[in-house]
Amino acid sequence: MGKRIIISLTLALFLYISLPFVMDFTPADKLAPLSEQYARDGVREVGAQNLVTAVIVTYRGLDTLGEIAVLFIATAGIGFILSRGNTTKGQKRESSRILQTGVRVLLPLILMFGVYIFINGHLTPGGGFQGGVVIATGILVFLLVHPRGKIHSLILQVLESISGFGYVFLGLLGIFLAGGFLDNSILPLGQAGQLFSAGAIPIIYSLIGLKVGSELVNIIKYLKQ
Amino acid sequence: MEFIIILVIAIIMIMAAILALYTDNLVTAIISAGVVSLLASVLYLLLSAPDVAMTEAAIGSGLTTVVFLYALNKIRNSGGEDG
Repeated sequence: MGKRIIISLTLALFLYISLPFVMDFTPADKLAPLSEQYARDGVREVGAQNLVTAVIVTYRGLDTLGEIAVLFIATAGIGFILSRGNTTKGQKRESSRILQTGVRVLLPLILMFGVYIFINGHLTPGGGFQGGVVIATGILVFLLVHPRGKIHSLILQVLESISGFGYVFLGLLGIFLAGGFLDNSILPLGQAGQLFSAGAIPIIYSLIGLKVGSELVNIIKYLKQ
Repeated sequence: MEFIIILVIAIIMIMAAILALYTDNLVTAIISAGVVSLLASVLYLLLSAPDVAMTEAAIGSGLTTVVFLYALNKIRNSGGEDG
């Protein structure tokens, strides 16, 4: 009984605290100063048509590097916990012919769509993270249909290491050749709206996509064992 | 009109979340948690945040659901009490 009273009191307290946020909410009719600067100068300074990408990869590039590092540590932790050899010995039967044929058609399309998303990250919505997840989903579908299929961990490790190294290397290159860490103007900005524009953003986003994709495939591989 | 759609989606989301908490079947719980994510991504799209919507659809409703199902499968295979 006392427990319930305490829970109700806590909920009432939360309600009381959060009520002003709902009651006094007025939609903002103009942007905050920082967002206004991004919206006004973003296309000219960064050259990316998709402003979200400009903010994620260039203005707040260091945060993105941190996110990648968090994902890497999470993958390493999962690998550390799950790789200690308790392989399930359940019977793994091959799936039906329809599924196998369907995956044979779908897998290249899914992989290509993932690559498309991160290569066009500076033009259309999406980018490295989304593209990487789509690629991992393709591999996942493949593994669901071929339960005995194996992924070469060496390829994954090499891909992940090279893309992570390349990302940091491009960032450091920005210090020496341009305005600062992860500045994208080490390559010519080009004309906004074209595929080869926005300086180093397409390269950086492709590296992020490969890294995220290989890390997520790694997680799936560990879970599948 | 758009306001009504958003409201309906929000109500379905809350119902799916409550179902995920209170159902006894773990697979149902995982699927309805995935439904919450899927509707959240539709909501982001309606509120004109396509980048976030893509991330939510791919990670939240796609990958996380499958990872949960894999984990459930692993728990069941490793013996002990059944879920």
